Amino acid sequence: MAGTKVRGRLSGPALPRTTLSWQLATVTAVRTETATVRTIELNAAEWAGHRAGQHLDVRLTAEDGYRAERSYSIASAPGEPPAITVQRLDDGEVSPYLTEELRAGDELELRGPIGGYFVWDAAGAASPLLLAAGGSGIVPLRSILRHREQAGATVPVRLLYSVRSLPDVIYRDEIDGYDADGVSVTYALTRQQPAGWTGHRGRVDGALLADIAWPKSSPGDDEPVAYVCGPTAFVESIAEHLTKLGYPPRRVKTERFGGAGGP
Amino acid sequence: MSPVSRGFHGRRRDDVAPERVPPGQYVTTDFPVLSAGPTPHVDTGQWTFSIRRAGSVLKTWTWQEMRALPAETVTTDIHCVTRWSKLDTRWEAVSMDTLLEQAGAEAAFVLAFSDGGYTTDLPIADVTGGQAWLAYGYDGAPLEPEHGGPARLLVPHLYFWKSAKWVRGLELIDHDEPGFWETYGYHMYGDPWREQRYAGD
Repeated sequence: MAGTKVRGRLSGPALPRTTLSWQLATVTAVRTETATVRTIELNAAEWAGHRAGQHLDVRLTAEDGYRAERSYSIASAPGEPPAITVQRLDDGEVSPYLTEELRAGDELELRGPIGGYFVWDAAGAASPLLLAAGGSGIVPLRSILRHREQAGATVPVRLLYSVRSLPDVIYRDEIDGYDADGVSVTYALTRQQPAGWTGHRGRVDGALLADIAWPKSSPGDDEPVAYVCGPTAFVESIAEHLTKLGYPPRRVKTERFGGAGGP
Repeated sequence: MSPVSRGFHGRRRDDVAPERVPPGQYVTTDFPVLSAGPTPHVDTGQWTFSIRRAGSVLKTWTWQEMRALPAETVTTDIHCVTRWSKLDTRWEAVSMDTLLEQAGAEAAFVLAFSDGGYTTDLPIADVTGGQAWLAYGYDGAPLEPEHGGPARLLVPHLYFWKSAKWVRGLELIDHDEPGFWETYGYHMYGDPWREQRYAGD
């Protein structure tokens, strides 16, 4: 892209600048992932497809015309109908509705896909992937994992997934199914571990990351790229550790969701 | 005409004047953090702010020189494109008017550039006239790195991605061109009151 020369400028392929209109979507299924998390599968006739890692906007309208809008990471792989995975926040306005009230056949409005930086395309991918998720930060990374599997891509992946306890793991069966297939999965259980747990206990630390992060000496195109998604404190900590381990900052892509006032 | 979402009632806030909240936003008391990569940590001893044109530096300030400029306390509402708004945020800042005047800068647009490679574009009319600042303090304390410290742009009348974190200068340009998020499909101008979130809005 031609443009003003700013040294060290972050850039990438431009997205087509087309208008994103609100479109009607029908809920085709609501799946229970954990006690507080649901995956909502949608059918949207005008959906033009998405890339792994992108997000979409949801708009709800009450009977009196009051509206609420939120953004959610897309949970499904490119080529699949859009799906979102939502965690119920007790003080939330929208997430309790999406996780408890919404059911198959209901309609809502959405628009997207949105975002072009925190994305991964299987076509032409050569770099090993380090995926680090905190809690529901797994959602866009699941889209990446699903996309890799469906596209038959062979780039090696290391997934580090930090959750409070095993029952809080979202997509557990699917993720464990990837484990043998070039994806190495490490769970960090921060609050509660089952009897006999030999994996990591507590928050992710520098030592665990040093074990998991790909060696920094890999030359050229095989240099790993990291996708980190989760609550701010998790992302800040992981991104800082990775930088210390030798990751160039622009090989660490982050997506954060804010504090308790969030969706 | 939007369909009614069966069973959705929403939760209207009665403690916030509706005219202060742009369409599609909700008010939070947190200060969420959103950035594309790791947080840069820059020592103020190494920090400079530059105004440039076509590769030439018109003027550069060190941290001490910037802090010696007239300071203002700015209390303002901020609006993030990811839909949170935060009311009555309080910043310590230098007016962008002061910096642009000292540089003798004239241009149609600016491209703000930051540590980490972030850029964002703004019309000069939106960073002059008491509408934009270089902010180094938040709520009475130095601005935290995760919120853009040591210093960030503050342009509160536009969506907050225009308020570039870790800003190190402005490149003066004659024609508008997309910065980082604008390249990825976000709106070139970003007025929250017209809900200009994405290209074409």
